[in-house]
Amino acid sequence: MNLVLKIWRQENAEAKGKMVEYPMSNVEGDMSFLEMLDVLNEDLINKGEEPVAFDHDCREGICGTCSLMINGEPHGPDRLITTCQLHMRKFSDGDTIVIEPFRATAFPIIKDLVVDRNALERIQQAGGFISVNTSGNTVDANAIPIAKDKADEAMDAATCIGCGACVAACKNASAMLFTSAKVSQFALLPQGRVEATDRVMNMVRQMDLEGFGNCTNTGACEVECPKGISLENIARMNREYMSAIVKG
Amino acid sequence: MGALIKSSILRKVVMALSGLFLVLFLALHVTINFTSVFSPDLFNELSHFMGYNPVVQFLMQPILILGVILHFVLGIVLEIQNSRARSVNYAQFKGGANASWVSRNMIISGLVVLAFLGLHFYDFWIHEITFKYVESNPEDPTRYYEETVQKFIPMWRTVIYVIAFFLLGMHLWHGFSSSLQSMGWNNKYTVSIKAFTKLYALIVPAGFIIIALYHHFNHLSQ
Amino acid sequence: MGSLESKIPSGPLAEKWTKHKNDIDLVNPANKRNIDVIVVGTGLAGGAAAATLAELGYNVKTFCYQDSPRRAHSIAAQGGINASKNYQGDGDSDYRLFYDTVKGGDYRSREANVYRLAEVSGNIIDQCVAQGVPFAREYGGLLDNRSFGGVLVSRTFYAKGQTGQQLLLGAYSAMNRQINRGKIKSYTRHEMLDLVLIDGKARGIIARDLVTGEIERHSGHAVVLATGGYGNVFFLSTNAMGSNVTAAWRAHRRGAYFANPCYTQIHPTCIPVSGDHQSKLTLMSESLRNDGRIWVPKRLEDAQAIREGKLKPTELTEDERDYYLERRYPAFGNLVPRDVASRAAKERCDAGFGVNKTGEAVYLDFAAAIQRYGKEKALTSGIKDPDKGTLTQLGEEVIEAKYGNLFQMYEKIVDENPYKTPMMIYPAVHYTMGGLWVDYNLQTTIKGCYCAGEANFSDHGANRLGASALMQGLADGYFVLPYTIGDYLSDDIRTGPISTDSPEFEATEKEVLERINKLMNTNGTHSVDYYHKKLGKIMWNKCGMSRNAEDLKSAIDEIAELRKDFWENVKIPGEEGQFNQELEKAGRVADFLELGELFAKDALQRNESCGGHFREEYQTPEGEALRDDENFKYAAAWEFKGAPSEAVMHKEELVFENIELKTRSYK
Repeated sequence: MNLVLKIWRQENAEAKGKMVEYPMSNVEGDMSFLEMLDVLNEDLINKGEEPVAFDHDCREGICGTCSLMINGEPHGPDRLITTCQLHMRKFSDGDTIVIEPFRATAFPIIKDLVVDRNALERIQQAGGFISVNTSGNTVDANAIPIAKDKADEAMDAATCIGCGACVAACKNASAMLFTSAKVSQFALLPQGRVEATDRVMNMVRQMDLEGFGNCTNTGACEVECPKGISLENIARMNREYMSAIVKG
Repeated sequence: MGALIKSSILRKVVMALSGLFLVLFLALHVTINFTSVFSPDLFNELSHFMGYNPVVQFLMQPILILGVILHFVLGIVLEIQNSRARSVNYAQFKGGANASWVSRNMIISGLVVLAFLGLHFYDFWIHEITFKYVESNPEDPTRYYEETVQKFIPMWRTVIYVIAFFLLGMHLWHGFSSSLQSMGWNNKYTVSIKAFTKLYALIVPAGFIIIALYHHFNHLSQ
Repeated sequence: MGSLESKIPSGPLAEKWTKHKNDIDLVNPANKRNIDVIVVGTGLAGGAAAATLAELGYNVKTFCYQDSPRRAHSIAAQGGINASKNYQGDGDSDYRLFYDTVKGGDYRSREANVYRLAEVSGNIIDQCVAQGVPFAREYGGLLDNRSFGGVLVSRTFYAKGQTGQQLLLGAYSAMNRQINRGKIKSYTRHEMLDLVLIDGKARGIIARDLVTGEIERHSGHAVVLATGGYGNVFFLSTNAMGSNVTAAWRAHRRGAYFANPCYTQIHPTCIPVSGDHQSKLTLMSESLRNDGRIWVPKRLEDAQAIREGKLKPTELTEDERDYYLERRYPAFGNLVPRDVASRAAKERCDAGFGVNKTGEAVYLDFAAAIQRYGKEKALTSGIKDPDKGTLTQLGEEVIEAKYGNLFQMYEKIVDENPYKTPMMIYPAVHYTMGGLWVDYNLQTTIKGCYCAGEANFSDHGANRLGASALMQGLADGYFVLPYTIGDYLSDDIRTGPISTDSPEFEATEKEVLERINKLMNTNGTHSVDYYHKKLGKIMWNKCGMSRNAEDLKSAIDEIAELRKDFWENVKIPGEEGQFNQELEKAGRVADFLELGELFAKDALQRNESCGGHFREEYQTPEGEALRDDENFKYAAAWEFKGAPSEAVMHKEELVFENIELKTRSYK
């Protein structure tokens, strides 16, 4: 199939960017979206132009490196997958595809489609952990039974890959879904309850410092999340936060 | 107040609490108003109670006004912060693919309702305050029905009211359930609770619209 | 420089590690504050090591090329992690895990290391649970286990199909705790480009800030490399696009011996290549082989008709299918170890029975399992005399509950419904058992340079068992390296901070800059990927699932030729002082082009077949691997001498005192 790509090109963080059009021919349905970009880049290099910079690594939907706003949706039109799992058969001959970076003030652009998501890192560093030493000298793994449904719920929250699609999809560029996934995972486990109060306060404080927007419960994040992280996590974080404030 | 400015979750909670308070108030308001459709006397009686009961007047009314102001001011602050959180906009943003129009445009429905409130205050509240406290008229427990009916005679006002209630409905459609989510109430009952909030968002504005239209056309037919 | 002293402690196998821990020198807490450790790579091994080292009190600097430690490719491991907890009461023990691992590795690993791995495996699970890793649980609230290929007990702990992700996030959270305390300084989007040696000791690295392109000097009292495997030398593999050998190879060039580079694991259940545009391969969990039956058509003409799209696999009757694994290995059937299953698939496809367009795919069929589960479900749900449609539906529900996410992944990529038509699979490069040679302390032949996880060669011999990579990464990182490194660092308590202004840093940085300049100024005609793909083709065709002397010799020549061409004709757009992904790739491919040659050279010297290394000249009449314990019971550790062709081999004889060497048989 033949396509027209409109891609955001920006030299570096300070430069002014613009959309540039690239016609593509002979795109196969079996190609993944990123493989299609590989082909474009190979062409550009052969023509002596600079290839389009984009983030990617595992190309199997788990590392969370790939991003891209494709036709106005993070990770493209398909649901529950990342950009690297999107295949060109989802598009039709003659389509124009608009490709932009994930946009948020907290995600400054590094180059072209590559953004800096360190803000998410700092949220995790502020409290996304359980304070135990890694000596291995802890209680036996089976010493504290955990109800299966709680463990499963914690697992569902823990599947977040930290790609930032929730922020990109949110009209407010809010990072609540991301933050709440980690808060939830630990809040649901007895090991994490011990410091639940400090954790939620510290992580939310950092989230706010990073300049993400406010959550207005539009639910866009949940729909676009490649791992289907539920809005229930945000509600749980709100509860955790309020109870932390009440407890002081 | 400092914490409120700094903490996004606290802002959400205050937004939700003030919103829920207004939701409650609307239920009371529509119930009282609806009596005007079938019983002018009952309407007069209830209105007089609300107008002269000191608890309502000097405790509930200021709280309500504060609630309204808080809700609006915070709503506008949130909107400004949210637009700052994405300083460069997308060339293409398909918001409709993952969220409803109403949920994304609370500021629009909110501002329309705010503008409407201006008219509404001018029509009823300023009039009441002037009547009671500026001109210090004597109590008249029978005046309310007639005053209300008079307001709905002009076509333009009725149309504005209907449009405003329609947008209020849209605001409630997202706002009511959203405030519950903000308060952290999302559990196995959410599906039924959400259905209730949607029903509420339909019935309450519909009630107001019916009242406005009823008085407008009832007058015409007389 | 360096010698092959394995430093295995004396004494009985089960007491070696305890004894060793008691014997080694420690650094007192106050002194640890004055010691800096550099950790390169932040996957399971690096992340865990960094967290523990920081917790012990050392100042740690971590480096990763990704934008976050959480993105390391450990995250992609699906199936699980082994531990000899014996929670299922099925007779598991440290010894049994040790035995299975050594046997699975075709008797080419070091006994003492493997036993230590088994010994600390249980601790890993305790540790991870304490960290909040949400392992799968039973209804009683206790941990669940599943079984994996090549073993007879149920010892694999898992978190859905994302065990690697959860364990990595556990290590990452432990790191975050230390970053928060200021004990770890995390450098993301930084790539190590060389190792700095001062007086023969590793004292720092030269790294490139991938965002600004700046070349930086970082010093430390010791350097830990935990940079993963080199499967991407094949271009197509299940590794992440960025996985590379550069850190290990740079250390190798500086004096670290590289051991057994030819040991590569080819995973049997991957999604086949669909075309020239293919950039990587996707693995489907080994667990699918529990229920799927692998087959190709019996008749060549049927295979051809299928390839041409004239015949559908579902139209073939049972008699017309060749369930070749069940035929060749009746005892283990579809659950033979990975190397055996992969070779068998290649054998059938080479014989012309492949079933996709390229002729490189076999079927993995769930039809029988669907019917079997359907019947079981009908019985338990009290449905009498169900028709075939009902049975199929019930069976599909059971299969979906077990493998739903994998089936969905397959459908997204291949665009075929695997419930209705058999999956197509083909082997793909997955893991490399070889790596930097390390002693019992995980120290390479360079003093102060340590190596952990997939990047070292130590524990899996010639073939790795499923669910053991996660175990090794975390064992090395959490429980082994942070203690053994203390023995070395105890001599450094008076050294004080290492200056980055020394002539050694100066010289190494200069070499790095020269290399980058050379790459940038070649101004050739071909992209980096062009060379990488060419290298991959040579590797896959001549050093892949089966090898022979003739092919290996020609591979050595072809790779050397290709490398020469690369340095003359590669084309890298952009500039070095900026974010430049082509330059990043170029540096990595340049190193793969050297490693590839050593790889072939290693495969050529090993005149036997063992584990993932199959030499066509050395097989039984039935086509099974033929090991030669008399002549090849050693680890081959290569010393760099200016070029891969000049590399000198040193042998570490493997001593088996606790296990009797046998022929692996899965018949």
